[in-house]
Amino acid sequence: MTLAPERPATGTRLVDHFEHGLDAPICLTWELTYACNLACVHCLSSSGRRDPRELTTEECFGLIEEFEAMKVFYVNIGGGEPTVRPDFWEIVDHAVAHHVGVKFSTNGFRITPERAERLARTDYVDVQVSLDGATAEVNDRVRGAGTFDAALRALRNLRDAGMQDTKLSVVCTRENVPQLDRFKEIADEHGAMLRLTRLRPAGRGADVWHELHPLPEQQREIYDWLVAHGKGVLTGDSFFHLAAYGDALPGLNLCGAGRVVCLVDPVGDVYACPFAIHDRFLAGNVRGDGFGSVWRDAPLFADLRSPQTGGACTRCSAYDACRGGCMAAKFFTGLPLDGPDPECVKGNATGALAAVADGTRPAPSQDHSHSGPVRNAPVPVTIARRPPASPCDESPLGAGRDPLTTG
Amino acid sequence: MLEQPWELNGSVAIRPEPFGALLYDFTTRRLTFLKDRRLVAVVEGLADAPTVGDALERAGVPAAERAGFDAALHRLAEQRMITRRTA
Repeated sequence: MTLAPERPATGTRLVDHFEHGLDAPICLTWELTYACNLACVHCLSSSGRRDPRELTTEECFGLIEEFEAMKVFYVNIGGGEPTVRPDFWEIVDHAVAHHVGVKFSTNGFRITPERAERLARTDYVDVQVSLDGATAEVNDRVRGAGTFDAALRALRNLRDAGMQDTKLSVVCTRENVPQLDRFKEIADEHGAMLRLTRLRPAGRGADVWHELHPLPEQQREIYDWLVAHGKGVLTGDSFFHLAAYGDALPGLNLCGAGRVVCLVDPVGDVYACPFAIHDRFLAGNVRGDGFGSVWRDAPLFADLRSPQTGGACTRCSAYDACRGGCMAAKFFTGLPLDGPDPECVKGNATGALAAVADGTRPAPSQDHSHSGPVRNAPVPVTIARRPPASPCDESPLGAGRDPLTTG
Repeated sequence: MLEQPWELNGSVAIRPEPFGALLYDFTTRRLTFLKDRRLVAVVEGLADAPTVGDALERAGVPAAERAGFDAALHRLAEQRMITRRTA
């Protein structure tokens, strides 16, 4: 039996309180559907097809009322593409009517001028448009043909409707780090706030992470850029592993999984964080005793709120700054959870990462990807290579094929 | 400020937590933390107290600690988490 951790005394740093968990999450992500009209190569939730067990409209309403009772001030709604749910706007209206603010993420395809005007008139709703390249060339390779134009059209519609504080949300990749200034210009031109987040190796992101995650020198570039822009750019506390470079970035700078953050997925499963949709981080389901009971009593969350061992990292001078980095990033790259982040800026994960044998990374526990062709489907970043049938296929000096096994 | 009537801004919601409370302003989307439960009691008591000084009194804040609470309340006023009561 594990004893509940003692609450720290008043006067302790806020972060110390947060490590013990809060009575309700500060930042709750709610993926409304796994259905998506796109097929982005790095999708955290491997979205595409709707899960037939999706929460019904009534169940969504009930969940919102529970959020209200727990004083969850706002939810981050995502997917999939949440606007493809036919009851999406009804759910948003229900949340607003129950004093639960909504920030929803969208690829922008359905943000028409009429919809933008309605959004601009609604209090408590923020819109976050996803864009992963400051040019169509870079963006569409990851998100699909026509997605750059759709995102910019949505931004224009929102600006023209007078929407305040639209967010332009960018996942930083090897290809778009050189475009940071241009992203800021696009945001400024549309009266939007730029939000940069970290590429996580979760969902389909695990398949492209090795090719797309920023190079070490680009991590430094991101850090310097964020320091230079301060609070003028949002990060969702994404880059706390970069705090090891020196000064902490604005934000809480800790892993909030199960402590101040969690994710509710389309079928009501509750995960420790939005980047950890995997059985290993599944705390429970809202269909049983409700969300509050999972948040308060799930053994997984009790474990995450108990003192964590930093493992090898505790010997590092930067441990107090980066706290060992992101749990999900470690897990999905096959690294131990109590060791360094795969993108440790001190390079402490390089050896361990190289030693992770092929096929030993955790397999995804679910995949909702489209099985057939998708309109706008992105051109893969790299064409998947079949393993060579014989060394000869790789090098003319390699051993030839066995004539008996080739046809 | 001590002699004036103040209250929690109408667009701000307050959520008690073991360490104190969270304040969230639905208009500015700004989140603030109160790290002292007595400060929470003071803020919650503003609307029903004739003046800020009375709210401090009712929350049992000793005179020796008034300066610290006064500074905290000024910070909340700057963030418009609390506003001067006009009616």
